[in-house]
Amino acid sequence: MDALDLSRWQFGITTVYHFIFVPLTIGLSALVAGLQTAWVRTGKEHYLRATRFWGKLFLINFAIGVVTGIVQEFQFGMNWSAYSRFVGDIFGAPLAIEGLLAFFLESTFLGLWIFGWDRLPKKVHLATIWTASIGTMLSAYFILAANSWMQHPVGWTMGDGRAELTSIGAVLTNSTTLVTVPHTLTACFLTAGAMLLAVSAWHLRRDHQSEVFRPSLRLGAWVVLIAGVGVLITGDIQARVMTEQQPMKMAAAEALYETTDSASFSLFTIGSLNGDEELYSVRIPSLLSFMATGSPSGEVEGINDVQAEYEQTYGAGDYRPIVPVTYWSFRLMIGFGGLAMLIAAAALWFNRGERRSRSRWLWIAAVSTVAMPLLANSFGWIFTEMGRQPWTVFGLFKTSESGSPSVSTAEAATGLIVLTVLYGILAVIEFGLFIKYAKAGAPALEPDTPDSEDKPLAFAY
Amino acid sequence: MELTTVWFMLIGVLWAGYFLLEGFDFGVGILLPVVGKDDRSRRLAINTIGPVWDANEVWVLVAGGATFAAFPEWYATLFSGFFLPLLIILVALIVRGLAFEYRGKRPEASWKRRWDLVIFWGSLVPAILWGVAFGNILRGVPIDARHEYVGGFFHLLNPYALLGGLTTLSLFTLHGAVFLALKTDGPMREQAGRLAARLSLVAVPVAASFLIWTGLTHKDGWGVALSVLAALALVGAVLTTRARREGWAFVATAATILFAVAALFVTLFPNVMPSTLDPAWSLTVTNASSTPYTLRVMTWVAVCFTPIVLIYQGWTYWVFRKRLTLSDIPS
Repeated sequence: MDALDLSRWQFGITTVYHFIFVPLTIGLSALVAGLQTAWVRTGKEHYLRATRFWGKLFLINFAIGVVTGIVQEFQFGMNWSAYSRFVGDIFGAPLAIEGLLAFFLESTFLGLWIFGWDRLPKKVHLATIWTASIGTMLSAYFILAANSWMQHPVGWTMGDGRAELTSIGAVLTNSTTLVTVPHTLTACFLTAGAMLLAVSAWHLRRDHQSEVFRPSLRLGAWVVLIAGVGVLITGDIQARVMTEQQPMKMAAAEALYETTDSASFSLFTIGSLNGDEELYSVRIPSLLSFMATGSPSGEVEGINDVQAEYEQTYGAGDYRPIVPVTYWSFRLMIGFGGLAMLIAAAALWFNRGERRSRSRWLWIAAVSTVAMPLLANSFGWIFTEMGRQPWTVFGLFKTSESGSPSVSTAEAATGLIVLTVLYGILAVIEFGLFIKYAKAGAPALEPDTPDSEDKPLAFAY
Repeated sequence: MELTTVWFMLIGVLWAGYFLLEGFDFGVGILLPVVGKDDRSRRLAINTIGPVWDANEVWVLVAGGATFAAFPEWYATLFSGFFLPLLIILVALIVRGLAFEYRGKRPEASWKRRWDLVIFWGSLVPAILWGVAFGNILRGVPIDARHEYVGGFFHLLNPYALLGGLTTLSLFTLHGAVFLALKTDGPMREQAGRLAARLSLVAVPVAASFLIWTGLTHKDGWGVALSVLAALALVGAVLTTRARREGWAFVATAATILFAVAALFVTLFPNVMPSTLDPAWSLTVTNASSTPYTLRVMTWVAVCFTPIVLIYQGWTYWVFRKRLTLSDIPS
């Protein structure tokens, strides 16, 4: 492996890892804010207990999302200096704006929320968590605008050896951004909803604190279902935008080599690894054509034809991504997301009204739901980033030219190993804490003591 | 004024803000083993920065992002050239941030002790390395015609840059002690006050020799003038810490940091990263910058939103203005 391969592995590992925690943070911040709003409006104790409980799990996740985010911002320069020089005039802007508009908002207002329980009036304190939550969503918007520009460059012109910005408006309203942001945000809510569902199910199966966890289970399951429908709708629109902008990615998502009308979608295939020979597959007729074009009889371009087209446009070269990766990551993304929705629907149905499910399997399935959106999110990112290869900026700049010439193989290897080992250790620590606090359940409320000078802080590290 | 100059100044402001704010966070972390003899007093020290450390750290993220947006060549050369020191800083910032959030999440004493060590090292290492990095930027590093750094890791460990590292270390530690004296009451206030008075005597010779070395090498009029102001502010810090005027002492150490960063940036201008191989290969505000259009867009964003950020971040300090004592720490 050379420095470039090592840097690619580092980027892949650190990004997928970061994005395990980020969707939970985005979704949970809003759900916790919602629960706290319910408490402020109704004064019902179980809402406050739920706010405290989910808030704690939210913060345990948020911490890792924040600290691993620093790596995300630094490694463009560290490992991808040629890329940074080429795109900096455009790509740097959304990153800087994200810092100024979103990171300051999130970090400042979360600090106020965590430590402000006894320092701020109730409603002002409630506003701090909403503000932090808005910060996390703004952050998603700006970073996805930056990524969308890599998928579909707009508002630029070729300058002296680099891409130069001609319209910030075009970059911020890129059609790719406008479909990717809702797709990602709904997925964030699906992720957070699944966590509420899973942790609540763990407690309810043991008949533990039903007064807190029964409403949380319902909230979580409904969020999974509603957000899941949103993910489906936005994903469907996104597929059409993607087919138009990056036909190779859609063809690689199905391992479709020849251009086909009424193309079917295979649920799975057994055959050669890159999908050019198949022994057995289960197929839904016309579905791929429908996803790609909006019409069941539409024509979907195959990999071979797109390859020939790209050779015409961009010169000789291999423009095919690693097809087994795109094929399977696409299916796993949809599959895990869909499975979470099915289980959420089942959990709601079997616990409707005053009922409580006696099926052990339902509870086990419900608890396992926590992992599904996390996997779906990861596969979604792996699909969209690997499907863009061999480009970093589609049609403009290749991954092979993007690395840092001044970073040696030994340095790149050090970076990869150090961060991977560190992230592994942190995952163990985080997981341990998460389980501990998830199992502990919602703490009973302490009786309000009258305010006095020597009353200790409501919260301290 | 040219927009490239404006952005050079803005990036200077962001670094100054970062060192001013996270400087005392680092200082508190470095002093943790000294001021915190037991768990409760360590918690007291940590909670002085508890609500604010994260937002303070965002300043470096915005400084990095702004450099990327306004001076992509500078960002690319600096971050890829200083690969290993930045990797070490990243690791330090990652574990330190988690330490604050996680140390209280388990009751075991061994768990807390381990995170306390992480806070100490995670504060000490970046406090030194940022100084080393800026020392090297100012001194110049081997940059070739393609704007690539060709020096390797050990080239960065030269006496001038290491003195820069000691300067940031001693200033941040002093700044942290002053902050602790300002934000606590009771025994810790006393102890931090005594520490600050002693630390200021260390910071003066270290910082002064770094600033004098800088002044003699570059002979930049404005740079020297600002260095003198930094030195005066530091002398002010010595006097005010001795007199236990905590508010004024904080103003003095803050002013020292601000003037010192200003001196460094003014001395550097119009270079952003001078090359020691050939002055023609140096990165300057002109050849490292983004297009005028991008700079204009970014200027509007900065003009509109920076005041808002300053207002709400300032408000946080107002909300948590009360001095903490041991009895404030819940058991």
